[in-house]
Amino acid sequence: MKSALKVTDLQVAIEGSHILQGVTFEVPVGGVTALLGRNGVGKTTTLRAILGLVPRSGAVQVLDHDVIEWPTFKIVRLGVGYVPEDRDVFSALSVEENLRLAESGPDARYNDIYQLFPELKERARQRAGTLSGGQQQMISIARAMLNGWPLLLVDEPSKGLAPRLVSEFADVLERVAQHATVLLVEQNLSVVKRLAKDIVVLDHGTVVHTGSARDLGDAQLVRQLLGVAGVA
Amino acid sequence: MLLLLFAVVPLVGWHVPWVLPGTLDVVNSTGTLEVLALCFMFAGIALGYDVMFGFTGLLSLGPVLYFASGVYVFDIALTRWQWPLFPALALTLVVSFVLALVLGAIALRVDGIAFAMVTLAFAQAFFYLIEDNPHNLTGGDTGLAVSNLRLPSILSGAVANTRSIYWIALAFLVVTYAVVWLVTESVTGHVFVAIRENEARLNVLGIRPFRFKLASYVLSSLIASAGGVVYLLIIGTAVPSAVASTTVTLSVLIMVVLGGAGTRWGAVAGAIIYVYLQQYLLKIAALPSFTTLPAPLRVPLSQPQFLLGALFVLFVIFVPGGIAGLVGRLSTKRAAPSLASRWRDSKVAKAIEK
Amino acid sequence: MSVFLSITFSGVALGAIYFLAASGLSLIYGLMDILNFAHGLFMTLGAYAGWAVAVHLPSSIGAPGLFALSVVAAVLGGALAAGITEVLFIRPLYGRPVSQILVTIGLDLAVVGLLLGGFGSNSVRIPVPLWLIEATKVGSANLPNVDFLAIALGLAVLFSLEWFLRRTRYGIIIRAGVENRDMVSALGIDVGKAFTLVFVIGGAMAGLAGLLYAVVFSGDLVSPLQGDSLLIFAFIVVVIGGLGSIRGSALAALIVGFVQDYTNLYLGGHSGFAEVGNLSVVLLLALVLEWRPRGLMGSVA
Repeated sequence: MKSALKVTDLQVAIEGSHILQGVTFEVPVGGVTALLGRNGVGKTTTLRAILGLVPRSGAVQVLDHDVIEWPTFKIVRLGVGYVPEDRDVFSALSVEENLRLAESGPDARYNDIYQLFPELKERARQRAGTLSGGQQQMISIARAMLNGWPLLLVDEPSKGLAPRLVSEFADVLERVAQHATVLLVEQNLSVVKRLAKDIVVLDHGTVVHTGSARDLGDAQLVRQLLGVAGVA
Repeated sequence: MLLLLFAVVPLVGWHVPWVLPGTLDVVNSTGTLEVLALCFMFAGIALGYDVMFGFTGLLSLGPVLYFASGVYVFDIALTRWQWPLFPALALTLVVSFVLALVLGAIALRVDGIAFAMVTLAFAQAFFYLIEDNPHNLTGGDTGLAVSNLRLPSILSGAVANTRSIYWIALAFLVVTYAVVWLVTESVTGHVFVAIRENEARLNVLGIRPFRFKLASYVLSSLIASAGGVVYLLIIGTAVPSAVASTTVTLSVLIMVVLGGAGTRWGAVAGAIIYVYLQQYLLKIAALPSFTTLPAPLRVPLSQPQFLLGALFVLFVIFVPGGIAGLVGRLSTKRAAPSLASRWRDSKVAKAIEK
Repeated sequence: MSVFLSITFSGVALGAIYFLAASGLSLIYGLMDILNFAHGLFMTLGAYAGWAVAVHLPSSIGAPGLFALSVVAAVLGGALAAGITEVLFIRPLYGRPVSQILVTIGLDLAVVGLLLGGFGSNSVRIPVPLWLIEATKVGSANLPNVDFLAIALGLAVLFSLEWFLRRTRYGIIIRAGVENRDMVSALGIDVGKAFTLVFVIGGAMAGLAGLLYAVVFSGDLVSPLQGDSLLIFAFIVVVIGGLGSIRGSALAALIVGFVQDYTNLYLGGHSGFAEVGNLSVVLLLALVLEWRPRGLMGSVA
């Protein structure tokens, strides 16, 4: 398997807005690849399109399978964990039930999860809707990791979180990336610099730059691509 | 044009076997004219409903309320209170207008499914009200036959006058079509479509959709009421189960979807075909050769409701654009939108761009 | 006092039947965004299934046994009708919610038309055991036994449903799906199976509601148009209770049952409005929608 994920000429149009106008990139096996770009450029839409959550055209290859015609649940069952942008935990369900839902088989790694996030075990019966943002994010990441799947799509895990938590989650992702491939959408460049091996940059609905994470050291490039000053 | 053809029908005395819905197979027989008049009436009502459902995207399940109010207020004014024709007509339209304004304002406070439910509930409430026969106005279950005293002689339902009623129904359809055409081609009409397509965007632009939705609702309801007046002239009696029940709403919905929502002529075609088939199937079911069919075959085929319902289901699954959609797909040449229409479109588009 | 007791009791019985009809509708809407007009059809078919079984089986089974079988037949009939509907007519229209609603309308009309053709608008009578027609004396009031039955069955279904939703995997899937269908798919779960399940459960309860309604309020008579008139009230209960909430449906069903019975009692005689109970329910709906558009316990707007 050469690449964990391969996207070719991905197009997405929603309510008259042509968001993705032909996105093409590859994610090599292992490690973290960061998907970057200005606000609203279509990073989240790209992840959702890969999973088939929005109508799309083009070609998508996940773990060597052509999945453009597949329903979402079938794509996920190939072994794709998803951490969505807004966490999307089920607030009416308990923490335990949230995790249970994500179970795909008998060898779910609850021990690992509870070791990483002991709070989840303490609050197992608590309704997820009553948890703090950080705790909900723990659920969201935990259930993506639960089955030890080979590909993780992670959308802005640090959004709205205190810096200490951000650092903790970065640790977690680093561990995960030792055994799996991670496609990470992230605005926080220090996290990206710490975790990512390769980067893919989106703008105007297409890919405008692919390269290694070292490119982020070039402040001028960063400002041109992302419109922000580089992170110290 | 089709219009001329229809206008001339009452003067044509040909005998045409098989196809006609009346008991006599003569083109201008009372039976045929009555059925055609019903077709035109429903076509007008369906057209009005299309403005609300097809163009503005509001799924209302309560148009029968205004149809029934049209029928009953007109009937009560003529029969119970002995009013002359035009005042009765005016009263009917005023009552319906007020009702639509009030009920519409309440119902439109919610969206989508809840809106559909509220309109359904209101229509049901009206049905109960009529059945209750308050102050002995409506005649309850047995209905209220219209009194001929106040109707001009050309309108009271003797055989020779079916022609006049036919022409009135046709005129109703024509006027309704003209009004709907004007409204949907105007800027207002294009705002309706904008509401259907993407209401959120309109809100951002500072255009308040509520007024337009209410306008669409009221217009649709007024047309339904006027249709009710025509109904009373054709049929002569108002009975709650025929006039005020939800079946009427569902029939209108089916007509519009069958014909193709949002296309104007689709609603007209759908209505005419639906009503015509309904009456025609009833006629066939009464034929002697039909009654000799074995029961499993005869029962389904004798029920227009079943046949039309089944046809509707098939259309929804396989032909969602309705007849108009089919025709659109079959014709290779697409008509360019009218110049006026394109100008209106660009006006709205410019407003949105800003 | 006895009047109060018997009105309250029949209000609860009515509420139980409304709950049976409404909870399925609520789940179906909550999970699938479909206003299921065919629900009235499921109720009617359930009632007819109950009648057909009781009439065609040998009477040597005895009236109570026959009735029990009627109940079973009603549940199975409703479930089967719902299952067929979902697989044949709803699934092909996935992603087209308006079309799905329209197809349920068409089905309702078509099949009711068929029933009208077969039975006319006449009713058929369900044979019931003697004790169901009688009443039990509680205090100074005579409470009809059918009301007891309705309430008992309603409670049984409520508890079973709650158990199912909280203790089984599919129950959890359904509760999650009502909140966020896409995310459930994104966890690798085939929501389509949950759809069929929800339809079948809803249909089963609807069938039971149809049979009970005939027995409790319609003098054991079943006619083709029954389900549709019950359907309107079911819809109202669902909207008042909140789309997607079982507990909301239960609460709303009780309230609606009470309002209907009490207004009929206290206002019915005076104004000559025999149907004022129905009218007040509609008024209640309008009030609830103005004050709380999502319903009493709704989680979906």
